[in-house]
Amino acid sequence: MRLMYFAWVRERIGLPKEEFASDASTVLELISELRQREDRYDLAFSDMSAIRVALDQELIEDLNTSLEGVSEVAFFPPMTGG
Amino acid sequence: MDIRVQDAPFTFGEIAQEFASGHAHMGAIVTFTGVVRDSDTDDLDYMEIEHYPGMTEKAIETYANQAKERWSLGDVLVIHRYGVLRPGDMIMMVATAAPHRVDAFQAAEFLMDYLKSRAPFWKKEVTADKTTWVEAKSEDEDALSRW
Repeated sequence: MRLMYFAWVRERIGLPKEEFASDASTVLELISELRQREDRYDLAFSDMSAIRVALDQELIEDLNTSLEGVSEVAFFPPMTGG
Repeated sequence: MDIRVQDAPFTFGEIAQEFASGHAHMGAIVTFTGVVRDSDTDDLDYMEIEHYPGMTEKAIETYANQAKERWSLGDVLVIHRYGVLRPGDMIMMVATAAPHRVDAFQAAEFLMDYLKSRAPFWKKEVTADKTTWVEAKSEDEDALSRW
């Protein structure tokens, strides 16, 4: 799947996007897999209250949402538009 | 419905004039424009707005459609810029056309509230000595509960 990072999440991880092969079945599982990869991921996801998630460009609320059929997962801080 | 996500500046007067023309059954046109505000100490050099191409347009379209379902609207326009913006630059505008003003005002406010905290934009402020990501405000989140 394709992982996308925006704003300070992108800066902490050091990448705007990457392809990542994962067996995770939920968003929560994917996050714990990423946190185990390297410190920069662990740091980026250390405060989940500051992270928002979109699956195939749709915002989700529940981190237990299934990743089945999902091709793009985006992680970013709370949005500041307007 | 007209949704534009762009880095180029826009000319508010021309767009408002064009939007307001040709709506014989729309008695009310409401426009809102957001402008980059300098810091309290006048030291904001520029603001950089990042967005999520693809999701941004889809999210705005979703909220514009919700507005059209909730209020009696003839037309909706949303322009939101990204990239580098300086104090005084216009960041975004919303325009609504409705037969009556209450619908036009409420739909514009609804769209503003949703653009603020549900459209994937992130603002970074740059001054001579520091760069800071703007933090989302809890009152912006709370504002959504009134809808």
